[in-house]
Amino acid sequence: MLLQPFVRSRQFFTALALIGSLAGTLAAIFALMNSGPGFYGLIQSDSFSFFFRILVGTVAFLVVLAAGPYLDRERLPIAEFYALLLFATAGMGVLASAQELLTAFIGLEMSSISSYILAGYRRDALKSSESAMKYFLLGSFATAFFLYGIALVYGATGTTLLDQMASADTTSTLLKLGLAMILIGLGFKVAAAPFQVWTPDVYEGAPTPVTALFSAGPKAAAFALLLRIFATVPAATQFWFWAFWVLAVLTMFAGNLGALVQTNVKRLLAYSSIAHAGYILVAFAAVTTMSSESNSGAGPAYAAVLFYLLSYALVKLGAFTIVSQLGGAGEKSLSLDDYAGLSQRQPFVAAMLSVYLLSLLGLPVTAGFFGKFYIFKAAVNSHLLWLAVLMAINSVIGAYYYLRVIVVMYMREPSAEGAALNPVPFPVGVNLVLLITFAGTILFGVYPNPVINFILRADLLGH
Amino acid sequence: MLHGGHLLSVLIFFPVAGSLALLLLRGDDHKFIRIIAMIVSTAEFLFSLLMLPGVPIGAAGYQLEENVKWITAPPINYHVGVDGISMFLVLLTTFLTPISVLASWNSIQRRVKEFFVMLLLLEVGVVGVFLSLDLFLFFVFWEVMLIPMALLIGIWGHERRVYAAVKFVLYTMTGSILMLVGIIWLYNATGTFDLPVIQQAMANGLLYGAPRTEMLLFLAFFLAFAIKVPLFPLHTWLPDAHVEAPTAGSVMLAGVLLKLGTYGMIRFCLPLFPEASHRAAGWVALLAIIGIIYGALVSMVQPNLKKLVAYSSVSHLGFVVLGIFAFHNISMQGAVFQMLAHGISTGALFLLVGMLYDRRHTFEISDYGGLSTPMPKLAAFFLFVALSSLGLPMLNGFVGEFLILLGTYQRHWGWASWAALGVILSACYLLWSYQRVFFGEVTVEKNRALPDASWREKGILATMAVVTLWMGIGSAFITRRTEIATKTVMEQIEPQRPYEATAPVKEMKLAPTGPTRESEAQAASMERLGTR
Repeated sequence: MLLQPFVRSRQFFTALALIGSLAGTLAAIFALMNSGPGFYGLIQSDSFSFFFRILVGTVAFLVVLAAGPYLDRERLPIAEFYALLLFATAGMGVLASAQELLTAFIGLEMSSISSYILAGYRRDALKSSESAMKYFLLGSFATAFFLYGIALVYGATGTTLLDQMASADTTSTLLKLGLAMILIGLGFKVAAAPFQVWTPDVYEGAPTPVTALFSAGPKAAAFALLLRIFATVPAATQFWFWAFWVLAVLTMFAGNLGALVQTNVKRLLAYSSIAHAGYILVAFAAVTTMSSESNSGAGPAYAAVLFYLLSYALVKLGAFTIVSQLGGAGEKSLSLDDYAGLSQRQPFVAAMLSVYLLSLLGLPVTAGFFGKFYIFKAAVNSHLLWLAVLMAINSVIGAYYYLRVIVVMYMREPSAEGAALNPVPFPVGVNLVLLITFAGTILFGVYPNPVINFILRADLLGH
Repeated sequence: MLHGGHLLSVLIFFPVAGSLALLLLRGDDHKFIRIIAMIVSTAEFLFSLLMLPGVPIGAAGYQLEENVKWITAPPINYHVGVDGISMFLVLLTTFLTPISVLASWNSIQRRVKEFFVMLLLLEVGVVGVFLSLDLFLFFVFWEVMLIPMALLIGIWGHERRVYAAVKFVLYTMTGSILMLVGIIWLYNATGTFDLPVIQQAMANGLLYGAPRTEMLLFLAFFLAFAIKVPLFPLHTWLPDAHVEAPTAGSVMLAGVLLKLGTYGMIRFCLPLFPEASHRAAGWVALLAIIGIIYGALVSMVQPNLKKLVAYSSVSHLGFVVLGIFAFHNISMQGAVFQMLAHGISTGALFLLVGMLYDRRHTFEISDYGGLSTPMPKLAAFFLFVALSSLGLPMLNGFVGEFLILLGTYQRHWGWASWAALGVILSACYLLWSYQRVFFGEVTVEKNRALPDASWREKGILATMAVVTLWMGIGSAFITRRTEIATKTVMEQIEPQRPYEATAPVKEMKLAPTGPTRESEAQAASMERLGTR
């Protein structure tokens, strides 16, 4: 039975790291074939956790590919980076398959502690240290909430196993309080407002490949756990519906309004990832209403979350990889002005970045469009029309700042020194990442059937 | 339903292939790129002519249908088909695209390859919108067309191009995202995205449960279309987009993109939400009439020639909306005809304004004056096009406006009388501006030596003029083919069905419930008009 396939590959070479992440991904396939609870029910190996392990494993694989040239350029030690990266990935894998809260906590800590170090990996850069410090302080605070929540839930139900909680008394205030604490802890991890303030600073300061990881990996894993908890525990009540409703609206507006005024591309993408967490929370609001009426209706809402996370991870990885490569030595060229006239210097890079941005915006022929469509559909299915309309308004706000980047790349002439710049070279590894994420974005934007059919399978959550 | 081969798919995807081919070319051989773009767009036009025998006169329903499963969950099909209305709109699109390529022959010198790629992608989106019979597919194409148009404005436009492009996208997206919510809601109510299936269900008495639901759904769709048209208070993106767009962009924008809105109203708003359409008709007509008069008045005082033409579009499209929401078969036919006529006339006006701009790099009327002395040929074409736009009999603008007013008058004479003011005003602003630009002494010394129309320009303008004349004289060719389609729409919105329908009315599309006295009267008046 699979547990943490990533830990073993602690060798210090890119190749080994690649093999490690690949092996982890493959192990997930093996685990799917022998699905069922493992380790006395601590871990659930079902198609749900399979999906997330594949996702997280692929993210790790792509980040390793993209990070090689970055580490060379910034003259950073290579081995520890990969080790930490794989540790974090293993933690996310645990998080996504945990069926028991303490196991989830271990997974959370594994991924978080490695993430704290990774955020500060550029030791000589002040911003990187600041990023690590902020992430660490706020992160451990959130983890404390999470742990306290587990304690309260245990107090209320007498167990930490999720499936045994299913029979618990839903009206218990203690349980509600405990779940709320857990929600706060995970809300921090997914950057939901009002727990999102760390995101822009941490994303900006961290080395860009790490930022790519942050925006794709831990977020997906935390959402996975959140989904598992709120789908298993009979928490589908008005109370949680409104909690998610408010969280979703706050998060969408916080992200989109914040992004409007950004001039740093990394910060802009950070705010955009807050906004996207908000969109995903819309689907959570749909989950909580659906499962209160009948469990059969909630399937499409889960599917919306999963598909969105997949499309989002692909796009964010691609976008951050480009940003990382264009950033130049010491990550100096990160402002929007540095992107002026990019379409003339590097037409392919500009075109790709545009496609990623359009996918974030949710335009057709990209995976992001179907992601957004499924969330809209989940919301309308649950009769959450107001939420759908608010999300629509947010999409339009979002359009403004994504377009701004495209406008700068295509419609503005570069400054004098900008025009003199040579095209930034794109090494093979980076190109491979871009190719994979780009192909995935377009493929799932035209033909999402394989993924959507898989995640709509009835046994998604193992029962 | 699979008969007639894959003509429509070819029509949709051939420009994709063309633009991919262009992308693979080297960017520096501009002439070669232009020639390829011209070949692709002309071939596309010739392909689209093949639809004519595929849509027989008098055959109700959609022709040349293709229906393939696309997405499994939720069930979404690649379902395309064509009827009289959409066929001519596709023809208009495929006709204006090579014209736009020709018009950009010399005026686009920067990033030539990308320009034509965008133009062809725009064509893909527009043709796709007209041919889609699946709501989801329709929405996909609706959004696909947005980005090429925005880039056409934003990269190759004039001074305030970025502002105009962003404004265009934000306006359109606001409407379309709400429409997406509406489409999903409609799916929840009906269980399908397929337009003919929903229409059949409607004919069998499927309802939305509550009038309020239907009204909200209607508004979700209508807002998106009204922004595109643009209907009066939502029109503010249009002057910016038009003025800043390059000539080809303006031609496509005015010629085709605005019609997407009115097409959407005919194809979706009316048949899907008949009751709500009836309840909203008064307000919509009011806005349309305000648009007609307001657009004309603003045109009258415009010092900027291109803006003048842009506002005249607001006015003319107001007629189309009025014709649609008068719920009369003749006015509906007029609306369809006016959509085509406006595409040709206003397209030609933008081409002419673009030609003037190529020479003098200004749109200000005061910078011109007495131009008929140095360029008599261009002046003659301009006069011809202006006359067609203001509705001179024998030319295309007349037929549409006349039919709209005729049909509207029979339902609401008040609406028709107010709208008729627009006809008078359009004569005022077009002739007055023509006089200021072309007649009198040459006021600016620079203009004395301006070259007359080149062979390329004469070719473009002569083609447009021939089509204008043909549409004015041979209008029956078009109206005979659109008649059955508009009649179908009229039957679908018959007001007695929705909430008190008792017996399901089957085979609505094929067999009308019996000729009423009114429809006989309509037929008779159509005969008299010679439009049969």
